[in-house]
Amino acid sequence: MDGSNAPACWHDVCGLDDIWPDTGVCARIAGRQVAVFRLRDDRLFALDNYDPAADANVLSRGLVGNLGERLVVASPVYKHHYDLVTGACLDDPALAVRAYRVRLVDGRVQVAV
Amino acid sequence: MKLVVIGNGMVGHRLLEELSAAALPDLHITVLCEEPRPAYDRVQLSSFFSGKSAADLSLVAPGFFERSGITLRLNTRASAIDRARRQVTTANGDTLHYDKLVLATGSYPFVPPVPGSDRPDCFVYRTIEDLEALREAGRRARVGVVVGGGLLGLEAAKAVQDMGLVTHVVEFAPRLMAVQIDDGGGRLLRSKIEALGVTVHTQKNTVEIVDGDTARHKLRFADGTELETDLIVFSAGIRPRDELARACGLAVGPRGGIVIDNHCRTPDDDIYAIGECALWNGKIYGLVAPGYEMARVCAAHLAAGLAAERRATQPLPAFHGADMSTKLKLMGVEVASIGDALGTTPGAQVCLYSDERKQVYKKLVISADGKRLLGAVLVGDAGEYAALLQMMRSGSALPDRPELLILPASDGADKSALGVDAWPDTAPVCSCNNVAKGAVCAAVRAGATSIGAIKSATRAGTGCGGCVPLITQIMKAEMKKQGLSVNHHLCEHFAYSRQELYHLVRVGGIRDFATLLARHGKGLGCDVCKPVAASIFASCWNEFVLARDKAALQDTNDYFLANLQKDGTYSIVPRIAGGEITPEKLIKIGEVAKKYRLYTKITGGQRIDLFGARVDQLPLIWQELIDAGFESGHAYGKAVRTVKSCVGSTWCRYGVQDSVGMALKIEHRYKGLRAPHKLKLAVSGCARECAEAQSKDVGVIATEKGWNLYVCGNGGMKPRHAELLAGDLDEQTLIRYIDRFLMFYIRTADRLQRTSTWRDNLEGGLDYLKDVIVHDKLGIGAELEAEMAQVIGSYVCEWKKALEDPQTRKRFRSFVNGDGVDEHVVFVEERGQIRPATPAEKQARFKGIAVVNEPA
Repeated sequence: MDGSNAPACWHDVCGLDDIWPDTGVCARIAGRQVAVFRLRDDRLFALDNYDPAADANVLSRGLVGNLGERLVVASPVYKHHYDLVTGACLDDPALAVRAYRVRLVDGRVQVAV
Repeated sequence: MKLVVIGNGMVGHRLLEELSAAALPDLHITVLCEEPRPAYDRVQLSSFFSGKSAADLSLVAPGFFERSGITLRLNTRASAIDRARRQVTTANGDTLHYDKLVLATGSYPFVPPVPGSDRPDCFVYRTIEDLEALREAGRRARVGVVVGGGLLGLEAAKAVQDMGLVTHVVEFAPRLMAVQIDDGGGRLLRSKIEALGVTVHTQKNTVEIVDGDTARHKLRFADGTELETDLIVFSAGIRPRDELARACGLAVGPRGGIVIDNHCRTPDDDIYAIGECALWNGKIYGLVAPGYEMARVCAAHLAAGLAAERRATQPLPAFHGADMSTKLKLMGVEVASIGDALGTTPGAQVCLYSDERKQVYKKLVISADGKRLLGAVLVGDAGEYAALLQMMRSGSALPDRPELLILPASDGADKSALGVDAWPDTAPVCSCNNVAKGAVCAAVRAGATSIGAIKSATRAGTGCGGCVPLITQIMKAEMKKQGLSVNHHLCEHFAYSRQELYHLVRVGGIRDFATLLARHGKGLGCDVCKPVAASIFASCWNEFVLARDKAALQDTNDYFLANLQKDGTYSIVPRIAGGEITPEKLIKIGEVAKKYRLYTKITGGQRIDLFGARVDQLPLIWQELIDAGFESGHAYGKAVRTVKSCVGSTWCRYGVQDSVGMALKIEHRYKGLRAPHKLKLAVSGCARECAEAQSKDVGVIATEKGWNLYVCGNGGMKPRHAELLAGDLDEQTLIRYIDRFLMFYIRTADRLQRTSTWRDNLEGGLDYLKDVIVHDKLGIGAELEAEMAQVIGSYVCEWKKALEDPQTRKRFRSFVNGDGVDEHVVFVEERGQIRPATPAEKQARFKGIAVVNEPA
């Protein structure tokens, strides 16, 4: 049902400028809610929008930054930190969200789902 | 076992707390208390005159008696003890059987037996009732005399002066506080107190009190002089309340006091005596700390009696006396007396430092061999008290040049001998609760790394609070030893506290995060430092929080100008200043709520909260609200929220000022002001305090003459009564003080620190705050006011601005690549409104089962 075995394909999401630097947006891609983040150096990341710690679709609304070496987003509900690269939760090893590949093509943001 | 305790004063209550904490089975406690209210803090009694209420002074934790199953009988005086039958008879004729009996009857104020001392408007200074009567008489009086220039007498003098009376202190001895301090210290204390407007008369023996010529009374002294006054307060020492013990044949001392042994037991094995009524080794202790120690010893002995099998395992604590060292602040003057302050030990040598210009007097009393500290007197500055006390108690060797201990720390003078690091673990640090340095260190090792945590773990600092700076020092030293960083660094990105960062932003004129990070930080930032930076920028420059370079710093509440709820939806609170709203606007809120199907609830701040809005609905809803004349309520921000008010003199029969009008002025002045944490304010129109202003960060209460300003109160998690910062202010001064107060808080508080915790951690406490805000001792008053003026002058409604800016408005959408709603947000109906569905309800829905309302 979650399609993890299906080959991922790239989906056009939005223009780069639709995401303000150091913020995230939520995109609906193939029935999923994906949080797409843009750092101030225009690096892009994508995670599930669903925060399992909060049982709510909110991760795109979290603050991004770094904790030590790791790039993270902090969920706005209970402030769990998720690794932008791997989706692992730094505060609770039992929790993780899915991370997606994301790329920039001709000023357009694309996510592989 | 049936235990009867006679007396519910400070010491008697401490006994109950000790017993309750020990959770002893089969112990049934009945307490007889002749006063109409349970235990309260007599040490802080004078604060009754600076705005504290009887409730503020209570020592009884809410629900204490119910929880611990102790029967408390107020207004019940014990009138006799029958030792043979083991019965106590009360004044109303009841008899109670006891297995064990504790006398905690305290003391009574000694009134010199001079003719006329029983005239009306002659008072003592012991109970809240005494103070209420004194206050009542103070309203009709112009002049007040306190007979007795000891510690309590000077407290009473402050109270008399606080009532606005011409104040005299009459003392029999040649100096003030004759028991605790020497001539030199007494002289300085006198000059300081006289500078405050109190006239001191020493070596005056009152022989008679008669009708006055210009006032109600006239005191006649043995030397033929006279003094006219409208009221008199006797504060000439205390006498133990030992009449019950005498009547039942228990041993009492020649000058009173129930004789006890090292376990606080009287010669009758079933009867104990503790506190000021007890006589140990020929001494009566009129301070609370030895009384608390007796309570501890007595509780342990009682507990051991209940659990006889454990008796052998642990030696019981015993009372070994206490020294009468004390430190206090009398009318703003620091006075401390340690050990043999008067130097009566044979061969004692004195080392003295006195500076009349700076009004400081310090004396060390040193043993004949010059090796140990026997005592000390400190007047004007008692900063070395804790260290000297420790040195005296431990008998540790004095440094080679002991004079350096009291000389001003300049010219490279070494005071390191005073450092807490050098103290042994047994060094007592909190004498109210008998906590030693070792206990504080142990608490730190167990994870307590804030003053609040230390307090709850050890009780240290929860009595008079005088040791809090010392405990802070010890805590920090121990944290360092444990390798814990004592820094207040905001996070890994900024090696500064919030306070320091605020300063850097303000002085450096920094207006964006990139510059701040480049100049003073490292890395990318995080969810801690970004909102702090955003808040500081807003407090300093008040630029639009959703501007492109600011928006990314905002926590989701500020990012969407609404309050995030558990299901990811938001709630909306339009400003309803002062809680005043027209019917038209009320209807409009109803219409909007109905149209967007929002759950509505009245808030504690006299506003209306609308729940269940999606991000994409927020601009639509706000467009309607703004068109109807509403503006942002900033309920989402760490900012000034509401100014609650009662209806005030406009309608209320009791109101003395227009509280709604004042609330509106204040709310419109400070609305949107961002701060380290949220700020709640209130204005009450009279002393009945219907707006509950004393539970707010800033509370204003109307008086006949103007406004009283209370600060640093809190409801919520840790209730704290606000404290009176200044009284009877005119409007202009009131506003000026609030300006200064709020800006000073914004300048110096930690991240997410409410004013109440900020105040609890403020070194120097309320006096310091008064110095800064009212007396402008730091000389920053004008600066704070100017900073506030800038914020007020640049106010705009954030929602209005957000709606006008297409770029910002575009951000308010649920999905960047299309419309639609979050299917995970599900509401069900309850009591005629929506609420978020529970996980079970959601699951049922996804399986196609109809969701039914839960029965209410």
